[in-house]
Amino acid sequence: MARLAGVDLPKEKRVEAGLTYIYGIGWSSSRKILGKTGIDPAIRVKDLTEEHVSKLRAVIEQDHKVEGALRAEINMNIKRLIDIGSYRGLRHRRGLPARGQRTKTNARTRKGPRKTIGRKSKK
Amino acid sequence: MARSLKKGPYIDQKLSSKIEELNTSNQKRVIKTWARRTTISPEFVGHTLAVHNGNKFIPIYITENMVGHKLGEFAPTRTFRGHSGKLTDRSVALK
Repeated sequence: MARLAGVDLPKEKRVEAGLTYIYGIGWSSSRKILGKTGIDPAIRVKDLTEEHVSKLRAVIEQDHKVEGALRAEINMNIKRLIDIGSYRGLRHRRGLPARGQRTKTNARTRKGPRKTIGRKSKK
Repeated sequence: MARSLKKGPYIDQKLSSKIEELNTSNQKRVIKTWARRTTISPEFVGHTLAVHNGNKFIPIYITENMVGHKLGEFAPTRTFRGHSGKLTDRSVALK
């Protein structure tokens, strides 16, 4: 029903929470959007009227970069770092943390699952 | 933490005066520098700087995209290439 920025919002959730299903909108910007459109954050997504939906769509299009456009921007930024040959670009290329974190331990978010070497890895 | 905006970007005085000199006389010459902490300002664009990495000077051609970064970001100081052992497709691609 409520389809915003190419994402179907969950019907049974409060709008406040439903909007966060859009990539690029978290709780903070979700509340801002609802404040601006004057929609009660507590009502359910399924109870939104057509008018509400079009208002939300207008505000999101105007003030927020979401979904594909946002992902493209992020990838452009990373690509820029790689192309200019900076240290941060290098770290992105290698899939390691780019902001000076330790890699002796941890850093599993960037490095992915452990690859044990020298011992029989169970799999 | 980012540097205070009040202070403005840090630029090594000696280096910036040298660049200024090259800009006024319209020359292009490689300048050796140790000032890795210097922020790249728009005046640097088009020059080649040889930035010290602790061992030798790495020549870096400054492009517009690099403005706002530090010189040191472009001259890596570490030589680690990975552990020995079986090379995966990925690690080969990185080299």
